Amino acid sequence: MIRTLPHSKSYSFLFKLYIVLFYIFLFAPLLITCVLAFNNSDFPSLPWKGFSLDWFLAKGPDRVGIFYDSNNLRSIWVSIKTALVVSFFSLVVGTMGAFLFEQENFRFKQALYMLTLAPLVIPGVILGISILLASNGLGVFLENHFGWDVSLLAPGFWLVVLGQFSFITTFVVLVVSARLKKFDRTLEEAALNLGANRWQVIWHITLRYLKPSLIGSGAVAFLMSFENFNTTLFLVGSEPTLPINLYLQVRDGSTPVINAISFLMIVFTSTLALINLYFSHKKE
Amino acid sequence: MAGKKLGFYVFFIPVFLWLFLLIVVPHIELFLMSLRTEDWVGNTSWSLANYKNFFSEPIYWLTFVRTAIYSILVTCITAIIAFPVAFFITKVANPRFSGFLAVLLLMPFWVSELVRVYGWMILLRESGVINHFLLQLGLISKSVEMLYNDISMVMVLVYTSMLFMVVPLLSVLESLDDSLIEAAYDLGASSWTILTKIILPHSKPGLTSGAIVVFMLTLGNYLTPNLIGGKSSLWFTEQIYTQFIASFNWNQGAAFGFLLLALSSLIIWIGLKLTRQNLTKVVQ
Repeated sequence: MIRTLPHSKSYSFLFKLYIVLFYIFLFAPLLITCVLAFNNSDFPSLPWKGFSLDWFLAKGPDRVGIFYDSNNLRSIWVSIKTALVVSFFSLVVGTMGAFLFEQENFRFKQALYMLTLAPLVIPGVILGISILLASNGLGVFLENHFGWDVSLLAPGFWLVVLGQFSFITTFVVLVVSARLKKFDRTLEEAALNLGANRWQVIWHITLRYLKPSLIGSGAVAFLMSFENFNTTLFLVGSEPTLPINLYLQVRDGSTPVINAISFLMIVFTSTLALINLYFSHKKE
Repeated sequence: MAGKKLGFYVFFIPVFLWLFLLIVVPHIELFLMSLRTEDWVGNTSWSLANYKNFFSEPIYWLTFVRTAIYSILVTCITAIIAFPVAFFITKVANPRFSGFLAVLLLMPFWVSELVRVYGWMILLRESGVINHFLLQLGLISKSVEMLYNDISMVMVLVYTSMLFMVVPLLSVLESLDDSLIEAAYDLGASSWTILTKIILPHSKPGLTSGAIVVFMLTLGNYLTPNLIGGKSSLWFTEQIYTQFIASFNWNQGAAFGFLLLALSSLIIWIGLKLTRQNLTKVVQ
């Protein structure tokens, strides 16, 4: 049954076989995507026709590698900009949320906390259309009553930022709260007794203590924003983010350039994940 | 004490604005929009016509029921596949490897959902990698199209939501004391009794929170049904997308969105009631 108890040979063999098959299931699609990024072929499929870096470095006209593919490069840049802005704002508001729920007492605290958790159970598509409807409604109202044409309220960069911010902040609140719970508040009291004001205490003591969780949740927020598809789908304007742009290409047939982008994304996110893991281990 | 009051508002106002403007108002707007219809000259009026359409057109409510049933099915399959894996990592594997196995398990899920779905497309399609190997081995004589059917769609949905089941299961099984299992074994309990009387009851919180997240993500998934499922395997999010982007009938789309939100909330609520959990506990 478990490692300390005796068990039959066939039990442990079958169990190990199951686990091996599970990991193959898990990694097969990613490995094959990466391998085919280097195949010297015009289609992302086997047979293997030799190693090639064309899908990264070719300048055209037959093959255009990712580093010369201006359409995809533009969408990568849009995604990076979006992710930076979203992770900054969700980090700030999420940390405020953690302080609010851990250190303050007020009426309806429980109700507000439930509302904070709501984005976890609202499908991303619904969040996207709700925000689209609300901002469109506000835009129409401002236009009819004041004659203002507020372009920020139309689908585009800032609406995507708002949509992603609205649910990523919840994750920051949860991660930062979890660490803030373990914080020894007598440290704050000591500093207050020694004459520090509340902001000095937060800046010099509490935030220093929270640093690992701030770095961790910042990285997770960046990744979540970078990869978001469902909420973004309804809010993009003329500048698609990378996942939306890839989706449009995959839907209408594919070239190995998509494999090359996937390979870069896998390398990038794995590195970020490992760094995050390293920091969270150091914390313990 | 004035400083304390000020501190409260510094935390409270941004959090309140976030939740009120980006969560509460948009969902009220969604509901209000769903109750309005536009006639052919563009005048809007209150009516239940959008909901009537939903019930009178079989394609709409059939898709709705289909999406719900498939989401429950995906949730069950994910739980059945993930449970032994989590059990192996926490209880059976050599403790030296279990950390490594757990990290390995998380890696694919840092990668964008689009990349994972694309990987499966490369594997499964008619000119895909699996077909290539089957042909080479002589197991089939002609390529088979494995994409665009319900079985592949369910498999990829299970694949994309696996992480959200495994992680909560890992943490509940981690907290299960081995000596309980050993004691039951010493007292002569069979493996089946140990599983149903000790392990499963202990895992209930993890199973519940995993099931809620998997269900919600599957219900709201757009990419997988759209790219892997065929023309006949419609998903309700695709109906929403069609209403918003293709037909430009936002009122109808809002009604669909609201129905999906209601369904997801209802099933999550039933799940919580049946297992006697509450959302706040399940999240932690």
